Amino acid sequence: MRFITDRKRAAGLGSAKTGTEHHWHMMVTSVALVPLVLMFILSFGAILGSPYSEVIAYYQRPFPAMIAILTMLVGFNHFAHGARSTIEDYTGGLTRKALIIGVNCLSYSAAAFAIFAIVRIAL
Amino acid sequence: MAAEPKKGTFMADNKQDNRPLSPFMIGQYYRPQWTSMSSIFTRITGLSLLVASLMIVWWFVAAASGPEAFATANGFITSWFGDLILFFSTWAMFYHMLFGIRHLIWDSGRMLEVDQSEMYAQAALVGSVLLTIFVVIVL
Repeated sequence: MRFITDRKRAAGLGSAKTGTEHHWHMMVTSVALVPLVLMFILSFGAILGSPYSEVIAYYQRPFPAMIAILTMLVGFNHFAHGARSTIEDYTGGLTRKALIIGVNCLSYSAAAFAIFAIVRIAL
Repeated sequence: MAAEPKKGTFMADNKQDNRPLSPFMIGQYYRPQWTSMSSIFTRITGLSLLVASLMIVWWFVAAASGPEAFATANGFITSWFGDLILFFSTWAMFYHMLFGIRHLIWDSGRMLEVDQSEMYAQAALVGSVLLTIFVVIVL
């Protein structure tokens, strides 16, 4: 038996007090993603399959480039937060922390790579 | 030898073991329901979109690197396997979008009745398939 009181055992197991902010963040990014993703599917789908020179010329135009940049930025941000919810639902302890850090590294790296690439094509 | 004191005798005993737990929504305890299934698929589709997203990131990085790298990435994405990933991802995208919109509707305090929720789930499932077919035909 461990000499530990009920209060000590319960401490830290309650709400993290940041759930509202997380939820609001998901609402804001999801509303933004509805038009962004629709425009991205149509613009990316239209140019996919074209030869290299046409693809480069297409993403040198401001509108397709901005749609792609914003979709990548907001999309991967939304993904990082959504995946975090899943991780928090099914894992705990060190596994949870490691997975959340991993998902954040992956999401923001992917977004950074994509945005750097699009800016490099555009400029 | 003295018998072990019963669990819960002392303040410090861990009482968590006897706590009743509600079973997970999928498994032997519940029949599949529109509400639970549409909910878990919202999550699965959202997470699975990572695959196509990383593929598209690779395509952009390759395009920025030069014609040779672009030929490799573009060749993969436009292959039958890449097309298959993009096809299912387009459906996953529309599914996740329509069921994400349901969350926004719920958050506004509307459509919270079970029958309304089930009706939305059925309509949105059909809608996601139709939108996917539409995109495949148009693009």
